Amino acid sequence: MSGVLERRQARAAWFFLAPALALIGFFFFLPILGGFVLSLTDFDIYAIGSPEIARFVGARNYAQVLHGWEFWNALRNTIYFVIVGGPLSVLASLGAALLLSARLVRLKGLFRTAYFAPVVTTLVAVAIVWRYLYHPRYGFLNYALGALGVGPIDWLGDPRWAMPAIILLAVWKNFGYNMLILTAGLQSIPEELYEAAEVDGASAWRRFRSITLPGLAPTFLFVGVITMIGYFQLFAEPYVMTQGGPLRSTTSVMLLMYEEGFRWWRMGKASAIAFLLFAIVLAGTLAQLRMRREAR
Amino acid sequence: MTRRRPRGFLLHAVVVLGGLATLAPLLWMAGASFMQTGEANTYPPRFFPSEPTFEHYVHLFTRLDLARHFLNSAVVTVSVTLVSILVNAMAGYAFGKLRFRGRDRLFRLLLAGMMIPAQAGMLPLFLLLKQMGLVNTYLGVMIPSFASIFGIFLVRQYVLGVPDDLLDAARIDGAGEVRIFRTIVIPLILPILVTLGAFTFISAWNDFMWPLVVLSDGAKYTLPVALASLAGEHVQDTELMMAGSLLTILPVLVVFLLFQKVYFRGMMAGSIKG
Repeated sequence: MSGVLERRQARAAWFFLAPALALIGFFFFLPILGGFVLSLTDFDIYAIGSPEIARFVGARNYAQVLHGWEFWNALRNTIYFVIVGGPLSVLASLGAALLLSARLVRLKGLFRTAYFAPVVTTLVAVAIVWRYLYHPRYGFLNYALGALGVGPIDWLGDPRWAMPAIILLAVWKNFGYNMLILTAGLQSIPEELYEAAEVDGASAWRRFRSITLPGLAPTFLFVGVITMIGYFQLFAEPYVMTQGGPLRSTTSVMLLMYEEGFRWWRMGKASAIAFLLFAIVLAGTLAQLRMRREAR
Repeated sequence: MTRRRPRGFLLHAVVVLGGLATLAPLLWMAGASFMQTGEANTYPPRFFPSEPTFEHYVHLFTRLDLARHFLNSAVVTVSVTLVSILVNAMAGYAFGKLRFRGRDRLFRLLLAGMMIPAQAGMLPLFLLLKQMGLVNTYLGVMIPSFASIFGIFLVRQYVLGVPDDLLDAARIDGAGEVRIFRTIVIPLILPILVTLGAFTFISAWNDFMWPLVVLSDGAKYTLPVALASLAGEHVQDTELMMAGSLLTILPVLVVFLLFQKVYFRGMMAGSIKG
């Protein structure tokens, strides 16, 4: 291809890229960098009217956040949600994916749609629905548990049960997503492997352990990373269902950031919280990637 | 064969039970939204209304002006969907089919950005929009969603399958790049654009945190934000809240059911090769 044509194509390329790059650069990457700068200032409600009065305070916001009880409490709640809720979600997804991939099951498409439906629903709306399902007296969950002989649980009113309640909602809402990705992973495992193992007389459990699980390993990595990143951003569930209570037991880092930033307008401090969370998520992602590499 | 039948039966029982358990909260929501006031708060709890009524829906549309918020959401969602299809299609095409210096490095940089939670920049983004006078406007709600890295990625993967010969032939015939994009590329990648549209529609409709932050005027609230604020005032009105929740979920559920196939296909394309 001649130089003129090449140049023409490059010009066209930048023309096609311009809107997307401008939007993403200006409204995504720039604010991320800006967030770090903001976290080093004392930007507060007075600075919103006149930004020039905000002063550079170095690492003071970070020191303040890390010395306070609030951040560690929120981080503990969020990690509880990620560490318990994440694996539970993936497990539920795996169970559903295996179930719907079984050769004997009919009407797979129909059931897949049903299992997936919660994923597309509006989180705010289903959080409101679940708030009533968790009602200690009239809620369906306690009614069902009562039938099994389990006493009434004050799901959203008891600090010990509020986070498990939010986890249960999150598992229900999200398992369909990973189910679908794991289904695709299952389909990529060659059928011959199973046939050969069956001929060799391997039990179903053995086939699962020696063929299915290793075959799904790359998919698990993907699912693990996106689930973790998503779960660290826990916000709407506690915002709608518990407002972070009772006794701050469901206040997540995102909720704390929202309160600091948009309720009290302490933007500097809130940015420090956002950045700490970002650093933790990044560390978690890299740790998962490394674990995977070492396992290989 | 005889040994398989009981196992198949058991398997189906589990699958059906799982499906019912998954849909139960949504079914209860639908049932409760038609119940008489107070009926959802009785013991034992009920699934079906004894005397179905539309009063809560009427209440939502008359006294609570839900139609307004429905319209707000519709305008925001449809605009975001249309604009982002165009913007992402253009960028995805450039990354997939046009040659220019630094292309691969730029693309990798964008992909790395996918690992950053967008919320990390939420506070400066708010201040930025405030400077631009876009706080408490629909444009402020929409503008960060007009381009998405995921969308560009999705289009780019699909565009790679368009044969180069076709584009080069058009170039030799003297067609300009914009015309090639409009008349050859767009029709060929239409399926992935539909997928992208369904994705964008659903996530824009469901978006909560950003509109909550940007909009301060209650009349401008999108449906999820309005619903959350309603839920605070009407905690006791279970049936009313269920009607509101159902109306909020309905559009995305319909879009999902209509575009299910392309939606699933897009998810696979976005995950497997990623």
